[in-house]
Amino acid sequence: MIADLVIALVFIGYAISVLMGFGTILTWVERKQAAVMSDRIGANRAYIRIPFTQVKLVWLGLFHGMADGLKMLLKEDFKPRTYDWYAYAVAPWVVFTPVLLVFAVIPFGGTLTPAKLWEPLAAVFGDRSWPMQIATLDAGLLIVFAFSGLTIIGAMLAGWSSSNKFSLLGALRAGSQMISYELVLGLTVLGLILIYGTVDLDAIVRHQSGTVLGFLPAWGIVYQPFAATLFLAAAIAENKRIPFDLPEAESELIAGYFTEYSAMKMGLFMFAEFIEIAIIGALFTTLFLGGYNLPYMTDAGFAFPGGAAVAMPHGAVVVTQMGTFLLKVFLVCSFQILIRWTLPRFRYDQVLTFAWKFMFPLALANLVVTAVAVWAIGS
Amino acid sequence: MRKQYWNEAEMGLWERAYLPEILRGLAITGGVFVRNMFKWMTGRKGALTTYYPEETRWDYAPANRGKHVLTRRADGSPQCVACNMCATVCPAKVIEIEAGFDPADEAHPKYPVRFEIDYSRCVFCGLCVEACPEDAIRMAKEVPDLPAHDRWSMWLGKEELLEWQPQGDVAKPYPPPPPRVPNGDRP
Repeated sequence: MIADLVIALVFIGYAISVLMGFGTILTWVERKQAAVMSDRIGANRAYIRIPFTQVKLVWLGLFHGMADGLKMLLKEDFKPRTYDWYAYAVAPWVVFTPVLLVFAVIPFGGTLTPAKLWEPLAAVFGDRSWPMQIATLDAGLLIVFAFSGLTIIGAMLAGWSSSNKFSLLGALRAGSQMISYELVLGLTVLGLILIYGTVDLDAIVRHQSGTVLGFLPAWGIVYQPFAATLFLAAAIAENKRIPFDLPEAESELIAGYFTEYSAMKMGLFMFAEFIEIAIIGALFTTLFLGGYNLPYMTDAGFAFPGGAAVAMPHGAVVVTQMGTFLLKVFLVCSFQILIRWTLPRFRYDQVLTFAWKFMFPLALANLVVTAVAVWAIGS
Repeated sequence: MRKQYWNEAEMGLWERAYLPEILRGLAITGGVFVRNMFKWMTGRKGALTTYYPEETRWDYAPANRGKHVLTRRADGSPQCVACNMCATVCPAKVIEIEAGFDPADEAHPKYPVRFEIDYSRCVFCGLCVEACPEDAIRMAKEVPDLPAHDRWSMWLGKEELLEWQPQGDVAKPYPPPPPRVPNGDRP
């Protein structure tokens, strides 16, 4: 029992540090990548001076994130005269918490056997092994959708309780947009569920460890390239980022549903957005990019299609799988930032038209084709 | 009814399918990113902008109105006669001159004790150069690099403007004025 507790605490600590790390690093990545994409240099002025010397550490502007955080902590916490003070105070947390919770069911590595890592650990852990996932739930994907659906409530609470017309308009937009795209998101994933026959994310990742046609990695994107595209678009719309950032369109609504929030409460909304980029990256990696799997790699080592095999010790396998997962997540995050700095914003009616008249029928068609194909191959 | 414009963009099936055109746009921006990143990685500069105070532009036009220069006479004294014409014509009122009296110099008894320009307010219009009857103030093409945290450190005094040696100005040291005729009048 104590072993389970220790493992769970270690995994939770790892997950939280990964998410917070991504949230912090992505603000820097977003600035720098946008700058490099548009022939600029990017933020590089914040520095830390080593005390009593004139040595200034700039580190490519990495300290700008720290400066932002400090600024948000130290700013005045403006409170509007609202009739629903409780909802106003609780809204940022309703947005922020579910985003963190989603990561609980995402497998960030293969199987961990502590005894194989270091012999003395066997005294505590025996020779048991744990899947590297905080909550091993067979309803994994459903949990993801349940929790990510909760963020809508936070956005709408924030807009409703701010007693500000811009906030209310932003919340209305956020509500209708997120509910529309939630549907598309669910429908695109249904095809994968049909193919893999499970909603357990760990099982889905295990299904993707093999190869198709002998050489292609059996990743979800190979089976469902169309669904992967739709999923990414719908997920970006869920996250309310450009080109779908209508709920917080600066030129129309100031900051949308969090106009009346200042200091760290506003920081929570921003931070939730950046963590959700990482969550979308993790989900996309898990569902379509084979999760922690490298091509041709199993829990024992590499097994190449030609028949050659390279055995690896358990520790190396665990580190490789975790590193692979982080790298894939980072690349998907970077791709999202590329999209954000390339595409212009939709008009509001176009956003909903795009969801209901373009993506929804396509997702349905994809589902029908997948179902027919699964039925034909299965029978 | 929406107005139809004569030059309205017509989108074919390919454009209306969203995805191909979006991918094309992403390829363009991604290409720029990869190209610039490769430059940064190989130790070159992958940006068109400059690190401003550390790195200044080299390609100012020869006629650029930049930082002021106070010219000198052959004996090294400032050519300015403290007539205040530049201060009067200055639209931003940034020039402050305090005149002094030197009975030893018969031809130019008036000279500036203090000649200060507030660069935090200067609009670089060049009217002071136009107004000067003595060719005592000019503008070099180099800009005054004065990024500062407070406006009081953006004042430049007489010494700074006199001693400053513009790199692009071949006319300094300036030729001596024409010789005076005995009765004291200029030709």
